[in-house]
Amino acid sequence: MMAIKLALRNLVGAGLRTWLNVIVLSLAFVVIIWHKGILDGWDRQARTDIIHWEAGGGQYWQKDYDPYDPFTLNDSHSRVSGILEEMVNKGTLTPVLITQGTIYPSGRMQSILVKGIDPKQKIVAIPSSQLDTASDAIPAIIGTGMASSARLKKGDIVTLRWRDRNGAFDAGDIIIAGVFKTTVPSVDGSQIWIPLDRLQKMMMMPGEATILVSKQGTKTLPEVDGWRVKNLDFLLSDMDKIIKSKTAGGMILWGILMMLALLAIFDTQVLAIFRRQKEIGMYIAMGMTKRQVVTLFTVEGAMHSVLATLLGAIYGIPLLGLQAIKGISFPMNGSDYGISMAERLYPYYGLKLIIITVLIVMLTTTIVSYWPARKIAKMKPTDALRGKFNDKVFAKRIASR
Amino acid sequence: MESTHLISIEHLKKHFAMGSGKFTALNGIELTFEKGEFAGIIGPSGSGKTTLLNIIGSLDVPSEGKAIVMGQSVGDLSARDAAMLRKTKLGFIFQSYNLLHTHTVYENVEFPLLLLGVEAELRKQMVKDALEWVGLTDKTNSRPAQLSGGECQRVAIARAMVKKPEIVLADEPTANLDAENSHHILQTMENLNREFKTTFIFATHDEKVISYIRRKIFLVDGKVAKDELITKS
Repeated sequence: MMAIKLALRNLVGAGLRTWLNVIVLSLAFVVIIWHKGILDGWDRQARTDIIHWEAGGGQYWQKDYDPYDPFTLNDSHSRVSGILEEMVNKGTLTPVLITQGTIYPSGRMQSILVKGIDPKQKIVAIPSSQLDTASDAIPAIIGTGMASSARLKKGDIVTLRWRDRNGAFDAGDIIIAGVFKTTVPSVDGSQIWIPLDRLQKMMMMPGEATILVSKQGTKTLPEVDGWRVKNLDFLLSDMDKIIKSKTAGGMILWGILMMLALLAIFDTQVLAIFRRQKEIGMYIAMGMTKRQVVTLFTVEGAMHSVLATLLGAIYGIPLLGLQAIKGISFPMNGSDYGISMAERLYPYYGLKLIIITVLIVMLTTTIVSYWPARKIAKMKPTDALRGKFNDKVFAKRIASR
Repeated sequence: MESTHLISIEHLKKHFAMGSGKFTALNGIELTFEKGEFAGIIGPSGSGKTTLLNIIGSLDVPSEGKAIVMGQSVGDLSARDAAMLRKTKLGFIFQSYNLLHTHTVYENVEFPLLLLGVEAELRKQMVKDALEWVGLTDKTNSRPAQLSGGECQRVAIARAMVKKPEIVLADEPTANLDAENSHHILQTMENLNREFKTTFIFATHDEKVISYIRRKIFLVDGKVAKDELITKS
């Protein structure tokens, strides 16, 4: 208690030097929390969007389906029957048939995935109701990414070529019934969505599907022969990997910020012990043990982080709070880079994030404060009183200034 | 046999390493001090006055012989016990005041009481009393940088005296002061010595201090050359 009281007096009395350190440290605090908050917010938003647009509450994949191997698409379709059919009828599953095709927009050739979806489904956010239209051409909806890359817009007609289950080529016109905006690139890039029954007819695969998407909130999916259950952890693992790599990259930024802040404190501590020798001698003369003096200097250094927390809270809470409510807009479109990213990102500042950051900063500050303070234990009180204590490391440090 | 003196110094020697050899700062000192003395260790620079004061103050240890302060042999004390002795029984006044520049006058004087864990209300009263003794009640909230040298040394006296120690060790307390301030602080210390029977031991070669002290111990080359009591009218 005494050490805290004295340390606080020393810090407040040191004035500008203390506040410069505290400001630097508080900036590190706030930027670390801000940066991690953006990643966490992005993670949460991306997860929600992927669930909303694609993953639902989990999926069934036809046993041969491999989204990373287009050659499997010819064989990865099965009839939806038995328990799966019952679940589809109940509205807890929606089937999606996936095949390869080629479109010829503006005379160019573009390989795409053709996905058949029930226009009446409500399980994923794909605006499939736009497919419920009477037209000679096959109605199709596409994402803005696809529209941009194929230079297509609503109302455009384009030729689609596909191979049916027997390998025979067929072709027909599709009309763009709608263009939807999504933050999930895996339901947008190089693909078109058409009505499921039309695709089943085109492919001569009545009642068949490649995947089945379950309703959000589905706890468990029963095992079904010929189908593989893919739970949310699996379906979100790619996103998790991206966030993890971003977090790792962010660690470098944290490291630099922390280094700057801690260096300032370390420097202050090293110099303090050199410059405040007479004070240290006085402490000892007044009856403090060396251990108490070391504790005092360590607490003094560590208290920078306490003051930084308070200062950071004063400007950080309103600043970051406002961002969490209003969001941050990004000029670039994440979908262009194949990343699920909304135009406006809402950072998420969890209590755990804040507590962990504060604890880490406090711990590291204490360590860098204790390190030079240990030198005090080497001092002879008589030398300290006369300001005669010397140390090779200190001497070098001072000489370099 | 246990010493009955307040301070008893027996065959005290202190050597310091110097290159490959050693320098003897104190060479067989024999001294005793009693309660209420106002004594000065007098000698030129390098005569060993500060070394002797440091040993009495348990800031240093003898190389040979003994320094027994209030029944405790300084050389045999653990660091913790030595700190306890300084905290409870000894007060220090330094040539360069050694005040805490970031603290106010009040906080500087309060410092020894914080170490002793004196309860807040009592602490406040004791600091007030100490500042009254040295005539600095109007400077309570000033910082050392705002004070004159004489005022700083009076703060240092108040800090040394606030806990009412048995012994005050003053190392060249007037070295940085002009004549007027020197007399002022010496009168203050003399008054405190008379009022509280606190033993004051000075290390000095300042004639102004010498004119106040009632016992003069002359050190030459680490030895007591003369020890005389002055009877003042």
